Amino acid sequence: MLRLEPRSTQSFAAAWLSPLMALVLTVITGGVIFLAMGKDPSTALYIYFVEPLTTTSGLSEVAVKAGPLILIGIGLSFGFRAGIWNIGAEGQYIAGAIAGGGLAVFFYESESTLLLPAMLVLGTLGGMAWAAVPALLKTRFNANEILVSLMLVYVAELLLVHLVQGPWRNPQGWGFPGTRLFPDAATMPLLFSGKRVHLGTLITLAVPFIAWFILARTRFGFTVRVFGSAPLAARHAGVHGHRMIWQSLLIGGGLAGLAGVIEATSTIGQLVPNISPGYGFTAIIVAFLGRLHPLGVLLAGIAIAVTYIGGEGAQISAGLPKAVTSLFQGIILFYLLAFDLFTRYRIIVSSRATE
Amino acid sequence: MTEQRLLSLTGVCKSFPGCIANDNIDLDVAAGEIHALLGENGAGKSTLVKIIYGVLRPDQGNIRWQGKVTRIANPAQARTLGIGMVFQHFSLFEAMTTLENIALALPPEDPEDLRARLQETASAYGLALQPDRHVYDLSMGERQRIEIVRCLLQDPQLLILDEPTSVLTPQEAEILFETLRTLAQEGRAILYISHKLEEVRTLCDRATILRGGRRVDDCLPAQETARSLAEKMIGRKLRQVSRLSSNDSSSSVHLAVSGLKVRSDLAHGVDLTDISLEVRAGEVLGIAGIAGNGQIELMGALSGETGSPMAGSIRILGTDAIGLNPAARRSLGAVFVPEERIGHAAVADMTLVDNSYLTGDTRMNFSHRGLIDWPAVTRFTQKVVQNFDVRTTGVDALASSLSGGNLQKFIVGREILQQPSLLVVSQPTWGVDAGAAAAIHEEIQRLVSAGAAVLMISQDLDEVFLLSHRIAVISQGTLSVTTPIDEVSPEDIGLLMGVRHEVQPKVDHVAA
Repeated sequence: MLRLEPRSTQSFAAAWLSPLMALVLTVITGGVIFLAMGKDPSTALYIYFVEPLTTTSGLSEVAVKAGPLILIGIGLSFGFRAGIWNIGAEGQYIAGAIAGGGLAVFFYESESTLLLPAMLVLGTLGGMAWAAVPALLKTRFNANEILVSLMLVYVAELLLVHLVQGPWRNPQGWGFPGTRLFPDAATMPLLFSGKRVHLGTLITLAVPFIAWFILARTRFGFTVRVFGSAPLAARHAGVHGHRMIWQSLLIGGGLAGLAGVIEATSTIGQLVPNISPGYGFTAIIVAFLGRLHPLGVLLAGIAIAVTYIGGEGAQISAGLPKAVTSLFQGIILFYLLAFDLFTRYRIIVSSRATE
Repeated sequence: MTEQRLLSLTGVCKSFPGCIANDNIDLDVAAGEIHALLGENGAGKSTLVKIIYGVLRPDQGNIRWQGKVTRIANPAQARTLGIGMVFQHFSLFEAMTTLENIALALPPEDPEDLRARLQETASAYGLALQPDRHVYDLSMGERQRIEIVRCLLQDPQLLILDEPTSVLTPQEAEILFETLRTLAQEGRAILYISHKLEEVRTLCDRATILRGGRRVDDCLPAQETARSLAEKMIGRKLRQVSRLSSNDSSSSVHLAVSGLKVRSDLAHGVDLTDISLEVRAGEVLGIAGIAGNGQIELMGALSGETGSPMAGSIRILGTDAIGLNPAARRSLGAVFVPEERIGHAAVADMTLVDNSYLTGDTRMNFSHRGLIDWPAVTRFTQKVVQNFDVRTTGVDALASSLSGGNLQKFIVGREILQQPSLLVVSQPTWGVDAGAAAAIHEEIQRLVSAGAAVLMISQDLDEVFLLSHRIAVISQGTLSVTTPIDEVSPEDIGLLMGVRHEVQPKVDHVAA
């Protein structure tokens, strides 16, 4: 008979092995699913997990996809560590794209070098403003931030659709929903010609290291860590609960908004109804896959980006359905949560021969 | 007393990963005796009684019950054999009545029959119970009586009690002792686990002493002193702690509270009404009282953790502290030790270094412009560990890896090393072994002789009388007048602590 017993100490190795094991099992399960679909598992898995990393354009695409996931994932990890469950990053991402992108819509003939930085700032503020709603409602009325932030995703989506079909629609766009294409001054410079990897990717790479420094070395980072694991102890240390709610939601919202505006100013170059393939939700998986540790989130963002790119490759060259990507992300989360159990508990096999 | 051995353990061993909890333990309990099981925290008492009650199984060794080798597979079987146990932490549903709680633990029977049996058993042993009252409404003593009656209804031959008096007033404890003596006279055996050595001396016929998982001694408690028992438990001489001579009343006031009124933010909390007190430099003011009479709320109000009070003033070293958060109050010169070690005074899954920073930041200047100077925090932590004899694998050990006594020494040490002018401490030695308790008492006294003021909230009367210069009692959120310690006896204080229980439940309280 099996039973679970809490571990006396949390194993550091187990904490880092569990995401790795989750990845390995996801690959194995994926192979079984491909087999059931009548595809050769080794070819399908190669296309899915290896091919994206073998070409420079593949690597560039992975970097482009990983960017928003990492940015949002880092922002969310602050909140999740503090026990503030912002799951509306998708909405904050869209709000950031609207706020930043709106500037390019109004100054579509501008050639100012200030336009792009101003858009990044506005985008960040837009994401913050969207996250401020759950913060305000939680601190004022103790409203559940999970529900409020989630519902605001749909508000943001509908607002974006309204804008790009109505007031902000491109007059020369033949009636398609979407704004004017952004001017060059509102577009992220490419790092290499012919590849989509851009300046925003570099910004993204810097953020995990800044976050890591904040968490490890600053008083604020320390209070985030305490607030999540022992709220009473945080209060004992003099941490103001409401301020922590505001701070963690604003960080999450701000980084999601920044991700949104970077995406709008780089790979897309305009505002369209579907500017996100669900980055804000996938980033929740990224944050947990990375153990809420900034450098872990960096790695997890890259790993999940591979599943996106591999999924596209699998659609094109192996004829697999698009749903496979979401399926893989779901399987990863499933295994991750399952393995998490074993970092906190261990299995005891007890014989009950006699009763 | 008969010579018949009711329960006999030989060579019982039990080990857990990383520790041997019971190492070759022999124990004999005879029918009709009250047998004490003594030892520090971690000595293996709990493991041993869990083996007897069938919660754990021994790795080696024999259990003989009424002369026959017996395997006790689970608590249900233990109860069938005639072994009952009252745990330190009660297993009662607060939202249910006394009768319902008892019915839940027994085989199904008609509620009216049960009610009759309950009344009969309760009155036979002098255990006053009101079957229809809800548990959340009851004092700890009353709750314990439910647990005991619940055991007695199953007619046990052996009753195990784990730290039964830790939640009782002296008067309630005296009632319990009478009950236990009656039970022993009927030929039942009682295995009694306690830290309180005076009561073991007066109550118990024999004592078995455990240390580090081994049985180190058997003795007759009546022939020992509390001190000699404590020394057997810790295996070395106990440092003598005696009260400091009382300070002159002209020294400066470090904490002044007047007319404090607080609405509790806890579910079954107690509101504070009109609390006034003063603590001067060089003195300890002891606040006695049974847990759950407003101590948590008072601590929260003094440390600044629970927002602004509805009325009244708190002055720390002369400065108005209303509206200041705990960190700001620390910079005025106060430090705080709340009663809950894990999750309040310390974070379980953080290292000792992290935990030093938790409260040390303000007074020790550990951060400059928001950046933490971790090497400085580490040095401070090493000093706490050395000066206060905290047994740990190192300053990077998680707080959860320390024993209760060691963690408490760390927490008290962390605050005292910040050289406060005022220490507000709640239950300083709750659940702490005798050696660590003496060390903590000594450190508090050293702080007081250095000129600090100490406000100590404690339900341990021995501790209050040992350290305090003046004493007050908190009961139902009100504070009694403060009295110099030489002018009261523990019995007087016990009466004040139990004020609520003297009131007949049918009489409504006059609205204040």
